[in-house]
Amino acid sequence: MLARAVTHALVGLEPRRVDVEAHLQRGVPGFAIVGLADRACQEAKHRVRSGISSASLEWPLDRRITVNLAPAALRKEGAGFDLSIALAVLAASRQLPSDGLTGHAAVGELALDGRVRPVRGAFAVAEGARRAGLDRILCAPESAPEAALAGVDPVPVRHLAEAVAYLRGELRPPPVEPPVAEAAAPAPDLAEVRGQERARRALELAAAGAHNLLLAGPPGTGKTMLGRRLPAILPPLAPAEALEVTRIHSVAGLLSPERPLVTQPPFRAPHHSASVAAIVGGGPGPRPGEASLAHRGVLLLDEFPEFQRPALEALRQPLEDGMIAVARAAGQAIFPACFQLVATMNLCPCAGRGDPAAECTCSAQRLASFRDKLSRALLDRFDLIVTVPRPRADELAAGPAEPSAAVRERVVAARERLRSASPRRTAPADELLARAVDRLPLSARGRARVARVARTAAALAGAETVEPEHVAEALAYRSPKELAA
Amino acid sequence: MSDLALASFAAANDAHHVDEPRSARFARFRQSFDERAELERLQEQGYRFVGRSDSGFPPLLRAIHDPPPGLFLRGAAPVELLARPAVAIVGARACSPYGRQVARRLGRELAGAGLVVLSGMARGVDAEAHRGALDREGVTVAVLGCGIDRDYPAAHATLARQIVERGLVVSEYAPGVEPAPWRFPARNRIIAGLCAATAVVEARERSGALISADFALEEGREVFAVPGEITSALSAGSNALLRLGATPLTAADDVLEAYGIVAPPIEAPAVSDEAAVVLERVRGAAASADELARASGLDAGRLAAVVTELELAGLVSVEEGLIRAG
Repeated sequence: MLARAVTHALVGLEPRRVDVEAHLQRGVPGFAIVGLADRACQEAKHRVRSGISSASLEWPLDRRITVNLAPAALRKEGAGFDLSIALAVLAASRQLPSDGLTGHAAVGELALDGRVRPVRGAFAVAEGARRAGLDRILCAPESAPEAALAGVDPVPVRHLAEAVAYLRGELRPPPVEPPVAEAAAPAPDLAEVRGQERARRALELAAAGAHNLLLAGPPGTGKTMLGRRLPAILPPLAPAEALEVTRIHSVAGLLSPERPLVTQPPFRAPHHSASVAAIVGGGPGPRPGEASLAHRGVLLLDEFPEFQRPALEALRQPLEDGMIAVARAAGQAIFPACFQLVATMNLCPCAGRGDPAAECTCSAQRLASFRDKLSRALLDRFDLIVTVPRPRADELAAGPAEPSAAVRERVVAARERLRSASPRRTAPADELLARAVDRLPLSARGRARVARVARTAAALAGAETVEPEHVAEALAYRSPKELAA
Repeated sequence: MSDLALASFAAANDAHHVDEPRSARFARFRQSFDERAELERLQEQGYRFVGRSDSGFPPLLRAIHDPPPGLFLRGAAPVELLARPAVAIVGARACSPYGRQVARRLGRELAGAGLVVLSGMARGVDAEAHRGALDREGVTVAVLGCGIDRDYPAAHATLARQIVERGLVVSEYAPGVEPAPWRFPARNRIIAGLCAATAVVEARERSGALISADFALEEGREVFAVPGEITSALSAGSNALLRLGATPLTAADDVLEAYGIVAPPIEAPAVSDEAAVVLERVRGAAASADELARASGLDAGRLAAVVTELELAGLVSVEEGLIRAG
């Protein structure tokens, strides 16, 4: 007897259709899974067998069972195939109606007692099912809201027995409402930052123009605090962006069942001990890294120079192309990684520089090697670089500043303006830019950066054209002397 | 004329010689030394050599008690440049923003008044002094502690190229000699020796700049020191000089007076009213952008634009988040 169930394996973010074929024949009893299944997938044998027994169903004891995961050349990993394998075996042993599985995909891990557990990537698997023309997907209740977002009807099943009852037509599972996009937990508010007007202004420009921002300064000046407040002044994600981000987060297993759709720009802040693979993604079956998890959102690298040099250099591709290609022997996976980079750093290794109350004890060589680590190419990727001085006591004693909501309104308006009719430079503005290139150490890329920031400044001001004052302001955020090698 | 032979002998043996050694080795070296071929080789590389017995050798340097056998020159300027009134500006490599600012400003104003600005092209104060002179399209000379073909430190290769456009890079060491710690104190005697006055901008207690100052004092040259904060270790050396009787340097005019030069008045570039307010405030004391914004009533964006305006006009400099006049 032969039966077939359908599920999807993930290659990076891409779902690939996998047909799970189960064949029962006379012979020495046994159970084999073929088709390049990895360790976790091979162990499905035990889970499926126990699951079927626990569901008071019959395990075909006297048969030789072969399960094939086709296409055989595609590497399969993880426990997400459990449910499909169990259903295929049940169908092959005629415990399910022969046409019961038509039009259905299935994804889920089985517990030994037959319960169905959620697996990561349910959203992407459901998308694959939709593309394959299947309109229903059997999955764990926790995965159902995700699956619903992909445009297929999820059939939430808590237990293998429920799945069987449903397929026999004995049970009708409750319909799943597509989840409503709720506002996420409020991000930290900008009102909590006292003083630091210049840095706040840079943050606003960064938000409006999606610029990369580097905050440098002595410790305790609020660099990290400011960086963490960038997401709160960003506009919410557009529907298409939200689905993109949701797909990545689903594959990483980060979605919450209550709020599966990611509507706010994501915020990621990996620790500086993170490896290259943790930042840009990798692993045998490549998984998205922090850079991809921050897609359409903010990647905050606190203590920027403390990161491994290879990890920093690996960021250059996504900063340039907005995506990461992870090449493996088995093939290439492409992860979108269009994020906004915010980095913080001290001005020198001993952190005394720029602090009037401390003295820098770094030798000239140590300082030079510290600055060498920030390669010119990397510094060139920051549109805005701000040195944050230590605030005075009276600034810290001042009342709360402007809240995030007010800033966000301006940011949204500026983004709209940049999209519809991007302001152009006037002749005097061009002249000023040319003069600056002459007088200041400003590379070609630096000039382009200044031009971009000037455009954002004009958009924030609601101006029709980019005036000299906008160019002058943009010039103030160029790479400062103290970071030059 | 055996100056070049002596200099080449020193380079070949990685040694330092002021007088001809009476060794047989030197006699043999001199016997086989082909001065013309050596001069040609220098010329091919675009370098020159002026021996201390040449008439063009700078008289002030010849007057010190251990003048070098000669100087190797890089740059198109005539050797007479080294006989023009010059001032040495020296100081710490790891200097503070204040030291950098003062060095640059002195470089600008002294070169602008017609003096040759001399320094060692090291990081920190030295480099800023050169840059200041270049800002005013003045003449500046770098004295190296290695061969003139070595851009040391490597980060200053561009600076060296700018210096030789109108000025000179000089050294008593033949091209090819690598920098070594023991050569720098010897180099400092040339910096001090070439100038009638040496200005120490910022120096720690045991700084190379103090060696220059000691040489200058020994040779009876004028020594200026820029007063620094008494709490800062970076200024301990320069403040100690003041206590020992160095002339306090509080403005470029202090130096110019010693040379009998009256600085030509510099007309200030015209700036906007907003910028004038900010400039006035900054002249009082260095301030952060946020402080200036509050003092002037401008918002952060507008203030950033105003500061850039002043920066492009050369009226303020920005470093480590602080805006300073000059």
